[in-house]
Amino acid sequence: MSARFAKGDPVLVDDRDQPGHVRTPVYVRGKTGTIERIVGAFPNPEKLAYGQSGLPYRYLYRVNFRQTDLWPDYGGKPTDTLEIEIYEHWLSPAPAGAAKGG
Amino acid sequence: MSGGHNHPHDHNQPPAPDEERPPLAFEALEVSIRELLIEKGIISADDLRATVEFMDTRGEALGARIVARAWTDPAFKARLLAHGDETVREFGVDMRPTELCVIENTASVHNLVVCTLCSCYPRPILGVPPAWYKRRDYRARAVREPRRVLAEFGTVLPADVEVRVHDSNADLRYLILPRRPDGTEGWSAERLATLVSRDSMVGVAVCRQPGDVGQAAAE
Repeated sequence: MSARFAKGDPVLVDDRDQPGHVRTPVYVRGKTGTIERIVGAFPNPEKLAYGQSGLPYRYLYRVNFRQTDLWPDYGGKPTDTLEIEIYEHWLSPAPAGAAKGG
Repeated sequence: MSGGHNHPHDHNQPPAPDEERPPLAFEALEVSIRELLIEKGIISADDLRATVEFMDTRGEALGARIVARAWTDPAFKARLLAHGDETVREFGVDMRPTELCVIENTASVHNLVVCTLCSCYPRPILGVPPAWYKRRDYRARAVREPRRVLAEFGTVLPADVEVRVHDSNADLRYLILPRRPDGTEGWSAERLATLVSRDSMVGVAVCRQPGDVGQAAAE
């Protein structure tokens, strides 16, 4: 098992509804960011929370977003960013340059 | 009215309620499980009390010692930033089952921690999170308008400093390594630790400055 994404890769967060112990907040769904680091592989918390094993392990990443990509009316500075942990099964490749930040 | 005292108000206010509101479902569940565990002899009431007491002993002092060590020991700081978990074990801290991610404030980036989904917090280092950290308004606004939130904490940053918010939403717990205040050259780690506040390690504030701490702490 190896990580699908590498540091610096542009990624798109899935925009899907999913009930339960989901660790992907709505405000980053459908947004494009950049892999900041590979955190490692963990049991899937979406399963673990309901007494299941959470296996197989899933890769977890920290993804960096420009705040202006998350909030069109962001009132801070254009250089401000946000970093958040996203599991691999919520990410797909984005075209290079899709994330304005990085 | 004469109640043995003399002051200009009447006593018409409703009395403070004797009853708490009805318990929520999860509160009832917690009480049920706790009482069953005690009845079955799996844990004792004193075990429980001692655990809460232990949780309350953890607080900013431990985090401040870790930060002050990082300021005075470059090799320790490098290890702390690269391998937080293993490095804080030197201070007797066990982060399991989570992992520690230490993020350094610099002259160009100020970092701020929030858990938008619940209230994840580096409890083994900083103890019980403050009430505001768990409030929905902090959780919603810290990601949406961090500079305004920071300003409400009295932290106004220069425009050329990037604000970077860290949403502690999954398996990592975050400790901010604040900037060492100017004018502290030659200070011991013990003395430097007096400048490090809880809020500076969450990122809503910067450290206390040398002039802020009392003479007793500075000597």
